[in-house]
Amino acid sequence: MKYITEFRDGELARSLAAAIAREVEPTHEYRLMEFCGGHTHAISRYGLSDLLPANVRLIHGPGCPVCVLPIGRVDHAIKLALQHEVTLCTYGDCLRVPASEGLSLLKARARGADVRMVYSTLDALKLAQANPNQQVVFFAIGFETTTPPSAVAIKQAQALGLKNFSVICNHVLTPAAMHAILAGDGGKLLHGFVGPAHVSTVIGSAPYEPFARDYGKPVVIAGFEPLDVMQAILMLIRQINAGRAEVENEFTRAVTAEGNRKAQALVADVFELRDAFEWRGLGVIPHSALKLREAYAEFDAERRFGLEYRSVPDHQACECGAILRGEKRPQQCRIFGTACTPDNPVGACMVSSEGACAAHYTYGRFREHSDSPLPQAG
Amino acid sequence: MCLAIPAQVIELRPADMALIDLAGLRKEISLALVENVDVGDYVIVHVGYALQKLDEEEAQRTLAAFAELGELEAAREELAGGVA
Ligand code: SF4
Repeated sequence: MKYITEFRDGELARSLAAAIAREVEPTHEYRLMEFCGGHTHAISRYGLSDLLPANVRLIHGPGCPVCVLPIGRVDHAIKLALQHEVTLCTYGDCLRVPASEGLSLLKARARGADVRMVYSTLDALKLAQANPNQQVVFFAIGFETTTPPSAVAIKQAQALGLKNFSVICNHVLTPAAMHAILAGDGGKLLHGFVGPAHVSTVIGSAPYEPFARDYGKPVVIAGFEPLDVMQAILMLIRQINAGRAEVENEFTRAVTAEGNRKAQALVADVFELRDAFEWRGLGVIPHSALKLREAYAEFDAERRFGLEYRSVPDHQACECGAILRGEKRPQQCRIFGTACTPDNPVGACMVSSEGACAAHYTYGRFREHSDSPLPQAG
Repeated sequence: MCLAIPAQVIELRPADMALIDLAGLRKEISLALVENVDVGDYVIVHVGYALQKLDEEEAQRTLAAFAELGELEAAREELAGGVA
C-alpha cells in the first residue's frame, strides 16, 4: 500500500531507534506526551516503547474523542433514543461508552431504542431523507477532524430543508485540552509533545506556537505511521538537548502551517465556541468545545429537545481522569484487566482502541516493565 | 475512529463525491472539504471525507531522509565493527 508500508519499515525503525539511543543524554529523563489517540494506538500496536531507551517515556494524552466524553453527554443520547424515540446515529466507537445506570447506547438498543452506527455524517443525513416522519439525531463527537464533516452535514440538511435532522454537538478543541494539561500537575512533568497528525491537517501547525513560546514545551507534529512517530521522538530529543522549544512538523506530506482553510471556514460558519464544556478527566474547561450557531439552531438537538446538561461522576474505581491528564498509567488502575476489559469496559479509556487502557490491554499488557513506574504528580 | 489513511482517488463523482481505492478496497467518500483533487491524487480519508491532499513530493522527501539515516546507521555500525 503506497504511502503506508514505506512508513512501517522495520529496518528503518531500528535505525531511528539507534539514532535515538545515541542522542539521549543518559542522565536526562524525557517525558513526551503523545496527545492523539491515533498515536497511542500506533505506539502500542508496533511496540514502539520497546524500541526506546528506558529514560524516554511516552505518556498517553487525552486525544481519544471517546475517552474524553463525559457520562452526562452520553446520557443525552440515550435519553433521546429511549424517551424521545428518535433514530440515534453515531460513530461505532460511541456505542459501548459506559453511561449512567449501567447503560450504554448498545444496551439502550437492546431495550428497543433505535440506535444506528454510521461511518459518515452523510449516512445519517441519508437516513433522515429516507425517513421523513422520523426524527434522526446525529450524536457528533471528536476533535477538529470530525467537526468539518458535521458542518457539511448540517449545511446540507439546511440546503435540503430537512425538518427531521439534528445534531448533538460534542466537538472539542485540541489546543484547549493541551492548555488544560500544561496548567495541571501532569503538565509540569512533561518535556514535549508529539503533536496530532490528522487534527493538524485541519488546524495546521500554527495553533501550537503558544505551547512552545509560553510554556517552553517543544511540539513535533507526527504522522500516524511508526516511522513518523520515531522520527518525531528523535526531533523532540534534539530540541530538548539543545534547550530549544519550537513547533516542528514531521508530517509535511499532509500538514501545512495554516491547515485546511476550506474546512476551517465551514466550521466557523456553522459552529461557535461554548463558554465551557466538561471533559472526562480534565473537568470543565472554558472555551474548549463548539456548539451550533444561532443561524443553524433548528439543527441543534440540544435546543430542539430541550436537553439540559447534568454532570455525572465517573465510576469510583476508574482512573481514566488521571490517565488522561498524564498522571497515571493504565496498570495503576486497580481494576485494569480484571473488572475492566474491552469486552466489559468500566471507563471510557477501555472502549476505543485509541484509548490508553484498551491499547495497553490489547497490545502492551504483557510487555510492560513494572519496575519503571511513572513518577506521581502532586 | 481517529485512524485515517491515505488512499488514491480513482474516480470523481457528482455532488463532490469520489471513489477511492485502498489496497483494492473501494469506497465512496466526500471531497467537500478539499480543493483541486484529481484522479490519481492521494488523500487522507477520515470518517468518509478527504481531509487533506497528500503532498507526494513531501512524502518522497521524508522517505529519502529516512533512507539516508538508515544508510548512515549501517555505515556507523560497520565502522564500529571495524574499530572493535
Ligand atoms: S482500566 Fe478501566 S476503570 Fe481503570 S482507568 Fe482504565 S478505563 Fe478506567
